[in-house]
Amino acid sequence: MKEVGIIGVGQSNFVRGYPGSIRELAFEAFKEAVEDAQIPIKKIDASIIASAPEYDKQRSPAGVIAEYLGLTPQPTFYIESICSSGSMALRVAYSMIKSGLHDVIAVIGFQKMSEISSSESQERMGRGADIQWESPFGTTMPAYYAMYARAHMARYGTTEEDLAKIRLKAAMYGQMNKKALYRKPVTLEMFSDPESTLSAPVAKPLRVGDCCANADGSSCIIVANGENAKAMCEKPVWIMALGAASETVNMAGRDLLTSLRVSVNAGTQAYQMAGVTPRDINVAEVHDCFTIAELMAYEDLGFAKPGEGRDLSASKETYREGRIPVNVDGGLLSKGHPIGATGGSQIRTIALQLRNEAGEMQVKDPEIGLVHNIGGVGLYGNVTILRR
Amino acid sequence: MAKKEVDDRFKRFGTVSFTAVTRTNDFVGYLEEGKIMGTGCKACGATYFPPRSDCFRCLESNMEWFEVSGTGSLLSFTELEYAPAGFQDDLPYTIALLDYGGYKVFGRISKDIPYEELHVGMELKAEVRTLPNGQLNYVFKRP
Repeated sequence: MKEVGIIGVGQSNFVRGYPGSIRELAFEAFKEAVEDAQIPIKKIDASIIASAPEYDKQRSPAGVIAEYLGLTPQPTFYIESICSSGSMALRVAYSMIKSGLHDVIAVIGFQKMSEISSSESQERMGRGADIQWESPFGTTMPAYYAMYARAHMARYGTTEEDLAKIRLKAAMYGQMNKKALYRKPVTLEMFSDPESTLSAPVAKPLRVGDCCANADGSSCIIVANGENAKAMCEKPVWIMALGAASETVNMAGRDLLTSLRVSVNAGTQAYQMAGVTPRDINVAEVHDCFTIAELMAYEDLGFAKPGEGRDLSASKETYREGRIPVNVDGGLLSKGHPIGATGGSQIRTIALQLRNEAGEMQVKDPEIGLVHNIGGVGLYGNVTILRR
Repeated sequence: MAKKEVDDRFKRFGTVSFTAVTRTNDFVGYLEEGKIMGTGCKACGATYFPPRSDCFRCLESNMEWFEVSGTGSLLSFTELEYAPAGFQDDLPYTIALLDYGGYKVFGRISKDIPYEELHVGMELKAEVRTLPNGQLNYVFKRP
């Protein structure tokens, strides 16, 4: 079997109000990834652009970005699965290389969310749900995840403090991540202090502190077939497995509100394809758009049994020195969540970890890493397993 | 020649509707009569809520309407403090999911139930409501 390797990774700073256009934003991650890969741009024989289009004025951004990055006349196109667009684009790049159609592909994710107001953004995000049957009731992303949180609390006794602890971990590592949007320390007291914005309810039981922030940002992952990866790169990171799944868009179609079925399905596929178990994962990035999302990911990916995510969190085994370090780059909660750039940012973090180049955030000598990236409220799910 | 009338009754569903034309427009017609209806496939017997015009199990489009009746068990709920554009005047409001056994119904909780009294597992029933702006939706109330 032909292997597919990651030979270069890049990411812009994740910020509020990026002072430039989307093509300029994409350039920042692309430049870093090309310099990381140390390859001539000519070697890239296709590009895939990932984002969520409702934030852009530009129709079909792929062409504009490819032109700006000097990637014409090679083919370029756009992939979208809301917040998991980046991982989905990597999945497509993998299959294009595996088929022999292309040798080296740049996967570029971006989002510039700051051009619209927060409530307009909430409305667009809410429209990632069922616009015919549910959006007319006034749905938002935090509200949907709050319903999962409430159900998890009712079934397993998970508490608001359990959720806050997820944010404390994110904040601790967010302070070490120079590219993160939120780099301030967070304490448990801030969640009950009415003076702190983090304590303000958004959709009960979720508070501001339980939610990731909108951001502007870009990411870039350069992948190559095994031959090229070995020839071009000293430390390629190999894609062992990719799982992907979908779920009903409306809540009324869901069996469970305590687990995301897409996580379980994509995770099971990925473990099977890689021939590994959850115990073999040395470092993971999970989709913590909300604190409850990280807690459910522990359980859905098999790091903890159903209902025991809170115990895993309390044991601190998800910290850098623990059995299964999770989101030790600050996660979406600290980095911010520029939709289309998020998957690539997660992949970048794990690639750097497996290359032992994660600096202060470095986990001790990891061999196998996992990336869990969700689109919508568990509408799309991608799980990717990488090895050094 | 008279302009062809477009059946856009679905514009009336919810505080803000994002859909105007659908083959399930009769759903809004039934709301006007105070009824919340789902659909059932005449060919294979599958039931759907929210209603569908087409059955993905047998690919037939021969549906009959049934009324959502009785009570459902509250699966989860959340009170929103921030609303999307167009919904701010409704704040705070609570959305929820009820389990009727054979199907589930997503909607709002009636404002006459205090948030503190809500708990997962309680029985509620859905009831049609006309909103101040003339739009139609349904809310979950105590039976």
